[in-house]
Amino acid sequence: MSTMTETTVQVYNVFIKASPKQIWEAITKPEFTSRYFYGSHVESTLEPGAAFRGWSPDREQLWTDGEVLESDPPRKLSYTWRALYDETTAAEEPSRVTWEIELQDGGISKLTVVHDQLEHAPKTAENVAGGWMYILSGLKTLLETGEPLQG
Amino acid sequence: MTGDRLVTYHPSVNDDPVFKALADPTRRFLLDRLFERDGRTLTELESELEMTRFGVMKHLRVLEDAGLVAARRSGREKLHYLNPVPIRLIHDRWIDKYTERRVSALADLKHELEETA
Repeated sequence: MSTMTETTVQVYNVFIKASPKQIWEAITKPEFTSRYFYGSHVESTLEPGAAFRGWSPDREQLWTDGEVLESDPPRKLSYTWRALYDETTAAEEPSRVTWEIELQDGGISKLTVVHDQLEHAPKTAENVAGGWMYILSGLKTLLETGEPLQG
Repeated sequence: MTGDRLVTYHPSVNDDPVFKALADPTRRFLLDRLFERDGRTLTELESELEMTRFGVMKHLRVLEDAGLVAARRSGREKLHYLNPVPIRLIHDRWIDKYTERRVSALADLKHELEETA
């Protein structure tokens, strides 16, 4: 039996009453990420090969770093991911984050996050497991009510 | 009838599928197995239950429809992943709300008792 899949792939999804375009903006614009992604400000031109970074709320510290692998607005965004906010995760190999947005009936979109290639990043895998749940429920709350989860 | 919201069973706007999915011991058992080890096939999950393959499949389907399990294809296999987001949403909606009030009531009581002491 394969033991590789247990910690190397994580899949999360959430249904949001919002258009794919709104969700895409919420993922790629700092004025949105700062309201549900632990206060972090995303920075990227979104071109393949470009940096995909997340800065601390005061923009002094680089919290996450990576490179855009694929950008297909407003359907799919994939980038490498290194969590620099913690010493143990910062020392690990990059993993990969992929966002997929699918339009459903009734003005609802299905948002899926796949965090994989965690083979050489076990601490990161452990660290992000609760985080994605928090981020996705916060993103849904923000888009559906206009209010972030935390103040 | 204007019960537009009541007849919408989509997980985005209705908690019913989540509560219904959680109201069954076999389905809670399946969620616990995925919590232990994520990304399992139907065959793996079936081996832990005294139930037909079809029965386990039906339960997984209910969990998927409620958004509690996310399924992904990996080659020829279909892997099942625990998706805790709906549980978090229920926590925010149904648990935080009530426990917060209790905590603040206790805080008020403490404040009042200390004031009069």
